Amino acid sequence: MPELDIVTASSAETEELAARVARELRPGDVVLLRGDLGAGKTTFVRGACRALGITRPVTSPTFTIAHRYVGEGIDVSHLDLYRFQSVEPEEWGALEPYLDGATCFVEWPDAGEGFLPAARLELDFRHIDPEHRGITLRSAEASLLQRLSGC
Amino acid sequence: MILGLETSCDETAAALVTADGRLLASIVATQTELHAQYGGVVPEIASRRHLELVAPVVREALQQARAGLDDIRAVAVTQGPGLIGALLVGVASAKAFAWARRLPLIPVDHLLGHVSSLYLQPLAAEPPFLCLLASGGHTMLLDVQEPTRYTVLGQTLDDAAGEAFDKGARLLGLAYPGGVEIDRLARQGDPEAYSFPVARVPGLDFSFSGLKTSLLYATRDLPPAELERRRSDLAASYQRAIVRALSERIVLAAERTGASQVAVVGGVAANSELRASLPAGALLAPLALCTDNAAMIASAARFLPELPYPQYLSLDAYAAA
Repeated sequence: MPELDIVTASSAETEELAARVARELRPGDVVLLRGDLGAGKTTFVRGACRALGITRPVTSPTFTIAHRYVGEGIDVSHLDLYRFQSVEPEEWGALEPYLDGATCFVEWPDAGEGFLPAARLELDFRHIDPEHRGITLRSAEASLLQRLSGC
Repeated sequence: MILGLETSCDETAAALVTADGRLLASIVATQTELHAQYGGVVPEIASRRHLELVAPVVREALQQARAGLDDIRAVAVTQGPGLIGALLVGVASAKAFAWARRLPLIPVDHLLGHVSSLYLQPLAAEPPFLCLLASGGHTMLLDVQEPTRYTVLGQTLDDAAGEAFDKGARLLGLAYPGGVEIDRLARQGDPEAYSFPVARVPGLDFSFSGLKTSLLYATRDLPPAELERRRSDLAASYQRAIVRALSERIVLAAERTGASQVAVVGGVAANSELRASLPAGALLAPLALCTDNAAMIASAARFLPELPYPQYLSLDAYAAA
């Protein structure tokens, strides 16, 4: 799958990258976010939400599992499967409504394999040092990555 | 007595509380013992699972209270915020129960529920007070003016305090539940051994995400034996940083609002260092009612308007606060 490597030098830069990504997204799109604790996944989702007109605090859904925000002309759902080893079919029923008509960001998505729809974009976050993060973007749409790299 | 139901996330709970705030029974269908695994408990969020557990927890609550169905004069239920599918099971069950018994129904906000854990006897706290609600999912400072009326003064901008404990425990290689393990280990460690930065955010908001990252950087290059040797110092220093952030904000908020009483509710209220750091006379949620439960929902209901039979049949749950 085509990929793009980007290094951000601060959480503000991670949010800026997220804002560029957010402007490409449509309802129904699924974005998967993988990476260690503290690598910038929730920061990225916050940046995307801000770009879509969501002003309320965008907090980690690790314990609450799913949040849905109403943005300007678009809903954003934020899921976190960190606490799951796997998701059972009937548990998926509790999460499915969050995908309906929303752009959906999923942190720690591996437990949801088999249920999550095909992702439009997959992101891998890694620590470089306390400020810098390496972010790999993968998408079947080479043109999407090209637009994101051009900025 | 009031029957309370709570199904906002991954617990199914029922409780019975009298009109004067005596807790007769509180049943939480926790799966902790069954599912304790490294790094966390598997959350039970399936609607069907909640549905299967609702009747048994109500039955067990009645048994514990030595009460019968005829003793229940109102049904209280968490209306939100939470996972929409999970909430709907509680709301639908409460409606069905109340409708079948021709009883009034009282919808309750989950966050107000946590505050209302303080209203039960023997504590029977009375507002006004300044309240920290700190759990795995929430961290907020509330100015509680009346039993059911509060203003949010500040909240976390990223991770909740309980989540900081849980993920810190994971980084330290501790078992679940992480908060309890850090609390235990911290007693053997030096809280000044490491200096973990507590993010300074403006106003009365909180930020714990950076703290988690600095623990990661303090631990990730340590060889296993070295981590083992320093683990209690790391736990003590990390806990100190979280507790300091919370207690400093409580004091600051109390100064700003002129509150003469402070209170702490939610899972993090069980932390021993936080409890010890609070001013004398601070109101603390009973330990058994710190995590999600239905007693707090029934407690809140005592102060809220009832929806008379059968005006609640179209009542909806809400996912977002």
